[in-house]
Amino acid sequence: MFVYILKRVLATIPVMLIVAIFVFLLLRLTPGDPAAILAGDAATPAQLDRIRERLGLNDPLLTQFFTWMGQLARGDLGVSLLSNTSVAGMVADRLGPTINIALMTIVISVALAVPMGVIAAWRHRTWVDFLVMSFSVLGFSVPVFVIGYILIQIFAIELRWVPVQGYKDPSEGFGAFFSRAILPSLTLATIYIALIARMTRASMLEVLGEDYIRTARAKGVRENVVLFRHALRNAAVPILTIIGTGFALLISGVVVTESVFNIPGIGRLTVDAILARDYPVIQAMILLTAGIYVFVNLLVDVSYSLFDPRIRY
Amino acid sequence: MEFKSKDFSNAPRVLKIRKLKVGLTGRPNAAPVLDGIDLDIRAGETHCLVGESGSGKSVTSLAAMGLLPKGALEVQGGLIDLEGFEITSASPSQMRELRARRIAMIFQEPMTALNPVIRVGEQILEVLNTHSDLSPSEAKKLTLDMMEQVHLPDVERIYSAFPHQLSGGQRQRIMIAMALILDPDLLIADEPTTALDVTTQLQILKLIAEMQERHGTAVLFITHDMGVVAEIADTVSVMQKGRIVERAPIRELLTDPKEAYTRKLLTAVPNLAPRPARGDVAEKDVVTVQGLDMAYGGGGFFRKSDRVKAARDVNFSIPPGRTLGIVGESGSGKSTVARCIMRLIDPTAGKITVAGTEIARLSRRQLQPHRKHLQIVFQDPYRSLNPRWTVARSLCEGPINFGTSRDEAMTKAAELMELVDLPRDALDRYPHQFSGGQRQRIAIARAVAMKPDLLVADEAVSALDVSVQAQVLDLLDDIQEKFGVAMLFITHDLRVAAQICDDVLVMQKGFVVEHGPAGQVLSTPRHDYTRNLINAAPGRNWDFSNYRALDHAPAPKGAIA
Repeated sequence: MFVYILKRVLATIPVMLIVAIFVFLLLRLTPGDPAAILAGDAATPAQLDRIRERLGLNDPLLTQFFTWMGQLARGDLGVSLLSNTSVAGMVADRLGPTINIALMTIVISVALAVPMGVIAAWRHRTWVDFLVMSFSVLGFSVPVFVIGYILIQIFAIELRWVPVQGYKDPSEGFGAFFSRAILPSLTLATIYIALIARMTRASMLEVLGEDYIRTARAKGVRENVVLFRHALRNAAVPILTIIGTGFALLISGVVVTESVFNIPGIGRLTVDAILARDYPVIQAMILLTAGIYVFVNLLVDVSYSLFDPRIRY
Repeated sequence: MEFKSKDFSNAPRVLKIRKLKVGLTGRPNAAPVLDGIDLDIRAGETHCLVGESGSGKSVTSLAAMGLLPKGALEVQGGLIDLEGFEITSASPSQMRELRARRIAMIFQEPMTALNPVIRVGEQILEVLNTHSDLSPSEAKKLTLDMMEQVHLPDVERIYSAFPHQLSGGQRQRIMIAMALILDPDLLIADEPTTALDVTTQLQILKLIAEMQERHGTAVLFITHDMGVVAEIADTVSVMQKGRIVERAPIRELLTDPKEAYTRKLLTAVPNLAPRPARGDVAEKDVVTVQGLDMAYGGGGFFRKSDRVKAARDVNFSIPPGRTLGIVGESGSGKSTVARCIMRLIDPTAGKITVAGTEIARLSRRQLQPHRKHLQIVFQDPYRSLNPRWTVARSLCEGPINFGTSRDEAMTKAAELMELVDLPRDALDRYPHQFSGGQRQRIAIARAVAMKPDLLVADEAVSALDVSVQAQVLDLLDDIQEKFGVAMLFITHDLRVAAQICDDVLVMQKGFVVEHGPAGQVLSTPRHDYTRNLINAAPGRNWDFSNYRALDHAPAPKGAIA
């Protein structure tokens, strides 16, 4: 198991390298000039050139790339072109809100979706199943921002249960965090509830047809034991995969929700950085996202063996 | 051969089924799946339910357990009485109470019938936790006790093993322990030994008999294997299309069957008497295998895993028009040999010559033109035919790959349908629209379409009912006669091997232990392992198709080479 994890961690190095090369070239090849944005509309060509020189943007691409690589190897993400502060610090400040919202979203999604999927499979082709599946289709089809504004309208404006927007860190009191995080989490959760419920249902349907489920019933065990002890663990692997991918997607996909709910997370940081052509920040964000994907995937793969003893690394 | 002959008419009745009717849920007017079943089982009695697949054997047992698939099948009439308790009208919670305590069940596939993610000991323990208030330590002690009773070795270790870490026989012992731990009055065994090797089958049958003796359990034993029936039954009920067509004590049924259907079933049962030897062929061998070795594993980046030698120094040759059988238990290496010859896997050493070409070392590309000389038919015809392809497409694919025009291939496919006795319009249909036997005919037609020199049949009739089995064996015989194809027939069933093979090669743990003409190997085996296999074959002394004992019971116990 340890050897396996080590191998997987080593295997991330080439992955990250390829991502780094790709993002570097992508940014340099897209039109747009950070110097022009930084200098404003009134800048003269000479001023622009000075700024480019200072930022190292006049160096050959290869030199720029290796400078960046050298920094990365030392663990230095560089300095923002726009605000002149350290990228690492900027990301660290913004990562907390995003991760907290993402975690809460996943917890809500799993807590609702897994039982929904299990019951839909158990009551296959009844109105319960139909209801769960209808919700699932709805969750897929309604855009995130629509759900966000509907929830704000109902719970923040009409019922006044929670604030409309904003973010407070859990360190400032869980109630303050929760009341502000619940709407964005629910908004984000709809699509994952739909996805996980669907996957749970499909996986459970397959498992419920297995012989050992009949064996369990032949033993006279109660239906809830059949469902949750005998069936769910066997159905876990595809569900875990979806949850893992879902979490990784969440981290990178919070842009819209963070804008709607005005949360200072990495989603907004990325959008701002892209608009300003702030190369170091964009590069750091994409590397970070890739890193999270790789890490979550590893976590999912390792967790398989906790659920299924036949999987050994 | 000796049959059981105890009289049970005075024993208390455990299960009484009367006029049981089971049909599709919500469709009371559709043809019923079970139509008026009457059945009685008394304490200590073994009642065998035999019939072909689809005859309703399993549905009968599931109805008795109250486990009919919800939303698909329902009891539409009649009664099932378990010692005075009416099952058809019991509530789900009453039914749960009954299961494992009064009525228990073991299933065909011990691998799939045990939950793969729960330790086997805990799966047995769960029965106690569900139905009793024993303390955890008492329950565990009782579980270990029961595991000892079913003769599992090293029970502490096996207790915490997962199903995939046990052998098939051990898994079935776990199932039996689980079923019998609360000492039920009725045990339903649904094909419990069908998926096991003959030697393991014998042990499990003995174990069931031993437990039955000890606890006086009534056993409803479902099987399609007349050999097993002959060994264990007190009474036999023959089922056909949802009805019981004949019921009789075992001796009476086997010596004097009344119904035409029973006779048909019995006639189809293969026996161990080898087919008459066919004359020698002067022609050159189609396939020659010399010193074939195959080892699996040995890879691994950080740690070298042990290599498993699945086949060692295998030698044989087959002339055209002849059949060589490879027999042995699971894990003996017989399928490995077949796959090496097909070059589906690459042998580690040795020579394979097919139609004059040595193919053991050819690359995939070099091998391509020789593939058509070799064709294979697999065990499960449903999984070996592409379910999304029409029969015509499956049949034409191979010939088209080798340069036949589409029209020509289609004409050929139509002829093949005739050859395998299927209607021409079968070509436009999909595999799921056929029965198992028909699908296997299609799989055979697909192989024959390539005009191979060697046809490999890997357990090709093992998944079929005996009557269908006999028809498919006949078909293979016809094809061999018509095309002079050489055949390599892989089977675990010696009785089937006796019906079709000219020569037999017996494998054990990768080694060839015996090789010779079928008549000689099956009637005067030299190796102990072969003798054990023959002795374990159920009903081996009975000639089912002639309703009498075999004249020359092969390989009497202790026969000396």
